[in-house]
Amino acid sequence: MTVTTAERPTIAVRHLLARIGRYTFLCLVLAFFALPLLWLATAPFDDTPTVTASLPRFTLDNFRALLDNPYALRSLLNSVYLAAGTAALVVTFAALAAYALSRVRVPGRDALLYGLLLLSSIVTGTATMVPLFELAFRLNLIDSRLGVILILSGGLLPAAIFILKDFMDSTPASYEESARVFGASPLQIMRHIVVPLVRPGLATVGVWAVANVWGNFLVPFLLLRGPDKAPAAVIMYTLYTEGGQADLRLLSTFSLLYSLPVALMFVFVSSRYGFRFHGGIKR
Amino acid sequence: MSAITMRELTKVYPGGVRALDALDLDIVDGEFFALLGPSGCGKTTLLRTIAGLEVASGGSVHIGERNVTNLPPGKRDVAMVFQDYALFPHMTVQDNIAYPLRIKKVDRRERTGKAAETADELGLSALLQRRPGQLSGGQQQRVALARAMACHPQVFLLDEPLSNLDARLRLEARTFLKRLQRELGVTTVFVTHDQAEALALADRIAVMEGGRIRQVGTPTEVFRRPANTFVAGFIGSTPMNLVGTRVRGDELAVGAARLPLPDDARGQVTDGERLVYAVRPEYLDYSPTQVAGALSGQVVVVENLGSVSLVSLDVPTDDTDGGASSVQVVVAEGREPDPGDTGWVVPRPGRSLLYRDGDLVTAGAEAGVPAAAQG
Repeated sequence: MTVTTAERPTIAVRHLLARIGRYTFLCLVLAFFALPLLWLATAPFDDTPTVTASLPRFTLDNFRALLDNPYALRSLLNSVYLAAGTAALVVTFAALAAYALSRVRVPGRDALLYGLLLLSSIVTGTATMVPLFELAFRLNLIDSRLGVILILSGGLLPAAIFILKDFMDSTPASYEESARVFGASPLQIMRHIVVPLVRPGLATVGVWAVANVWGNFLVPFLLLRGPDKAPAAVIMYTLYTEGGQADLRLLSTFSLLYSLPVALMFVFVSSRYGFRFHGGIKR
Repeated sequence: MSAITMRELTKVYPGGVRALDALDLDIVDGEFFALLGPSGCGKTTLLRTIAGLEVASGGSVHIGERNVTNLPPGKRDVAMVFQDYALFPHMTVQDNIAYPLRIKKVDRRERTGKAAETADELGLSALLQRRPGQLSGGQQQRVALARAMACHPQVFLLDEPLSNLDARLRLEARTFLKRLQRELGVTTVFVTHDQAEALALADRIAVMEGGRIRQVGTPTEVFRRPANTFVAGFIGSTPMNLVGTRVRGDELAVGAARLPLPDDARGQVTDGERLVYAVRPEYLDYSPTQVAGALSGQVVVVENLGSVSLVSLDVPTDDTDGGASSVQVVVAEGREPDPGDTGWVVPRPGRSLLYRDGDLVTAGAEAGVPAAAQG
């Protein structure tokens, strides 16, 4: 008894210290991630932004200056083209391929999928820069948005197929067999039954494709020659002052505009589909 | 409405599993037909082959006059209700029922009207705007049936129609299903592993084992005169008693007991022959005192089944098979013996059968075919 009463205060102190330490650590981690976001929120409204986050002297001049830049807004539109085109291609082809792979027994199917997944990270990576350029050149796809869309789609498809195949696998085959007995064709089954059931999966893949294209710098930088077709990720690279210094006023403002669409899309899709598997399937 | 005719129907899965083995079967127009057997016997494969979801490796399937062996499922004019009902979870009840019509390009107004009509027949009118996930098991089954009815097929195929329902609902659904089939008069084939379900629902039953049909007959035929010991053991809520025996002149010897030769087998057996004597527990009478023409043994287990009890006795039999075999008898309530008692069981006249090498010993007919058909 005497021992415990004597030890009790020290235990309590130790607990308190541990708790303080834990929270301090968490605050540091939080600050590490929050400060850049804070900078993104304040710097565009500051008339003399620096690389540190500070209380801005409020102004909207930066936005006006950005509007005067001939390429800034157009580049955002270009990004939308590229992202929408790629997402559409990836979702369509990944859905068809994943459905086929999920339903048809192919020997070595899983090995094929893993192989593709592995190789896909190479396709749009730095390693294949030269051959990709060569390929695009021979196919007359230099300085064409289609070329960028095709190459980005090629890079994203394997992972998209991999993700969607999982969704397809979890829908019971009896739905499709039932539709088949009623005379539905494979494309009708796909449209009426499979797509609605895996819609959350399609949304996931679509968002992921858009986010990927939105942030991709290398492929459009390589393949698009002029600034009038360049997407935002490439244009950001040109926002320098005449002296070669990063133009923080334009850069911060542009960064904000650049990140907003993707963030909004996430909020929208997540509220619409919740990134969960709906459908009430019980087996 | 059409008959279904199968000739030498064979299905071999990749890997060599022979699910259907040169199977001949005729299903009559308008009949409620059961495919019954233990799991893995090929009954579901047979149903799916009729539906066209499996492609036959050999032989033919005719529906009515049409050879459908190589037609895709959608062209066979059949409707199938799956074990899990396969209702599309993202569609309302109405859209589910109207789906076959949507495939047939019936315009929206007509098909919703037809769906509402069919739903009304099955008492689903109040549920049209619900999703399948909001329905009970019994309601889901009705929606699945309504969807199958909506396209007015020649044939209904039902895969384990009652197995997804709980016990109480199952009885209700059974009666409902039988009445519906009678009213519609559409040829209906269903698969079940539950012999009671098959006996209760079907006009005729095919009992299957290992990709072959072991017996086809009405529930009465299959129950009273199983063509072989497999069917005898499979049909009936309590399996048939099968006891080794030897012919002794005009009688059968089981251990020390002497039983009369079944009428059917008279003149079909030779003296001294070893056979299997079979009688259902329901067709045996228990007696606590000694009677002639009875098997006797010690009561081992008494199982209460409600209005009756199932009593198991160890009956000493012939030398060669180990000395004793278990015989079960159904005893009315209030007359149950206690374990350890010695009792006598008397087969009722005309209810016992003999099997030679697994097949029924019978005077008039070949096993599996009703006597009348043989002429």
